[in-house]
Amino acid sequence: MTTLAEPARRTAGAPPAPDGHLNDLRDEAIHVLREVAGQFDRPALLFSGGKDSVLVLHLALLAFRPAPVPFPLLHVDTGHNFPEVLAFRDATAERAGARLLVARVQDSIDAGRVRERPDGLRNPLQTVTLLDAVAEHRFDALIGGARRDEDRARAKERIFSLRDEFGQWDPRRQRPELWQLYNGRHLPGEHLRVFPLSNWTELDVWRYLAREDVPLPELYRAHRRRVLRRDGMWLPESPHVPLRAGERIEERLVRYRTVGDVTCTGAVESSAVDYPAIVTEVALSRTTERGATRADDRVGQAAMEDRKREGYF
Amino acid sequence: MTDTLLRVVAAGSVDDGKSTLIGRLLHDSCAVPDDQLAALLAAGHDRGTGLDLSLLTDGLRAEREQGITIDVAYRYFATPRRSFVLIDTPGHVQYTRNMVTGASTADAALLLVDVRAGLTDQTRRHTAVVAALGVRHVLLVVNKMDLAGWAEPAFRAVEREFRALAERLGIAAPVVVPVSAATGDNVVELSAAMPWYAGGPLLARLEDCSAAPADARPARMPVQVVLRAGEYRGYAGRIESGVLRPGDEVVALPSGATGRIAAIDAAGRELAEAGAGRSVVLRLHEDLDISRGELLASAADAPEPTRDLTGTVCWFSPRPLRVGARLLVRHGTQVTRAVVRGIGDRFDPATAGRLPGAAELELNALASVTLRTMTELPVDAYDRIRATGAFLLLDEHDGDTLGAGMAVRPGSAA
Repeated sequence: MTTLAEPARRTAGAPPAPDGHLNDLRDEAIHVLREVAGQFDRPALLFSGGKDSVLVLHLALLAFRPAPVPFPLLHVDTGHNFPEVLAFRDATAERAGARLLVARVQDSIDAGRVRERPDGLRNPLQTVTLLDAVAEHRFDALIGGARRDEDRARAKERIFSLRDEFGQWDPRRQRPELWQLYNGRHLPGEHLRVFPLSNWTELDVWRYLAREDVPLPELYRAHRRRVLRRDGMWLPESPHVPLRAGERIEERLVRYRTVGDVTCTGAVESSAVDYPAIVTEVALSRTTERGATRADDRVGQAAMEDRKREGYF
Repeated sequence: MTDTLLRVVAAGSVDDGKSTLIGRLLHDSCAVPDDQLAALLAAGHDRGTGLDLSLLTDGLRAEREQGITIDVAYRYFATPRRSFVLIDTPGHVQYTRNMVTGASTADAALLLVDVRAGLTDQTRRHTAVVAALGVRHVLLVVNKMDLAGWAEPAFRAVEREFRALAERLGIAAPVVVPVSAATGDNVVELSAAMPWYAGGPLLARLEDCSAAPADARPARMPVQVVLRAGEYRGYAGRIESGVLRPGDEVVALPSGATGRIAAIDAAGRELAEAGAGRSVVLRLHEDLDISRGELLASAADAPEPTRDLTGTVCWFSPRPLRVGARLLVRHGTQVTRAVVRGIGDRFDPATAGRLPGAAELELNALASVTLRTMTELPVDAYDRIRATGAFLLLDEHDGDTLGAGMAVRPGSAA
């Protein structure tokens, strides 16, 4: 049996941001984005207005400038998103000169494709809406902002990852991916998911966004918000988050580490109002962003793997 | 602090304790977040196994159920001296293709053996793969020293056998470290139990791995896309070797068109020079009629395009590769058709020697293969320029990746 002593905190905190390392990550992502443009007929970039997708769009603009980004943006809207993030999404897409397509979970519910869950969570329903959008627009590649450091099922993902004609990921049958020779060939009906940020960590993302001063939705900065405590997280006051017995609304100084559906994204208590403070906070954090703030990942040890198999982002 | 990332692939046979070693490296260097540690403790409690560090990287349900690693897992951590990506790969022979995936991008390889078992066929296979892929630093980790009474003779026997194997495969100066992943001895902290070992602990040996030397090789850049906007026309790609500057003469291959660099654009800035790893856009004085698939190379030192391609191939498909088979070859940004002309000597994992050529190549085999391609490819020897010496073999029908090849210098045997 393994024995485990408390390690000496010889690496408490993190080393200063290495510029060369961030440039390497940037250029790897640009290389991946250009491979998508070179290998696919109908790619799309998944764009929610969250920090990772903002970074991917920022890198796509760098990859193709002065030409425009050669693919549209696609957002799967659960109908439970933060209004200020949706406004940021629209403004950013317009500033980038990119076409924004929105696929709505509400439309899938109205069409009888999915049924509202008893717990009201719409995050799990997104997969059907997403795959319907892939079929409708005949997308052959979807670019996502997922990173391998987010979750241990994601840690297994290739950069070019094949989905079968049902949109499913089979982790036991992943293609070998050698060198930087990304293989996007596929049969009709199949598509690829492409992850240019695979090798970035949460800290890398923040350091890069800070270095380049990339605009983000305001809720990533510390702000006063009316929130309620649930499952160890601060959920926002919202019509989509009805109070349960024993819960009460209080005002706290919080910020978001990840931004998704209102019903399952928690805020963290923080006083970090600008990039330097946020970078310091993330560097010193002893929890992962998903562990800290995502109810949907707390369902079980294989929650992400199961959702990914079905075709989730 | 070293400025760049060190990519480390870890490979071993089944039950060598590789996932435990990686868990140990992550834990003892404080790279395991509290919520993941809490989940790990809970999982160990549920299974009655106590804390199991291997669960940190065995992220798939099937891996946890079977207690083995099936696919590559990437983990990220930093010490005060440098940042690392740890690439954990499977030990099972049936998943060798995933090990090759992990090793292809690595700067350093950790090969793990159980001191009581010594080198296995799988160790020899992995060492041959690491040698063929040209991984720059090779470290043998002799694990489970606690179960061998921390005895020096047991370690020295394994070390001697490995050094002989490494020399035979052309691996220069491998590092050999005795550890116990389970107790942490010689992983992050130096062990008090093995005073006879004079080298540093594993993590320090990894931190010492030097970065790539300054690049004196000729420049190569496969064209990924051509960018146009109004009067602007540029060739976008990543510089894979060498250094490019405005004024440099380049040749596009296989077309043979030549031009001179007018400007190098990168991430919104104009650069005075750009080296390997930089994603750039080259603007030329001449308007070349070229597109994705061409290679831009230093005109002074360019590869000779050829339709005869010979290289060491690692075969990943359960369907054997046969002489006469038709395939697609991916080289740089080019894809072309090819037919298998010959299969030469195979690597024999039992002896680390060579078996005479056969009519077919089975799953996970490593052998010299000769192909005839439909269009010419500007191929360099893999041991000189990795990116233009590497190629993939793809299925004509579904596009699946069937094999990976490393080209040898034209005219020499693989």
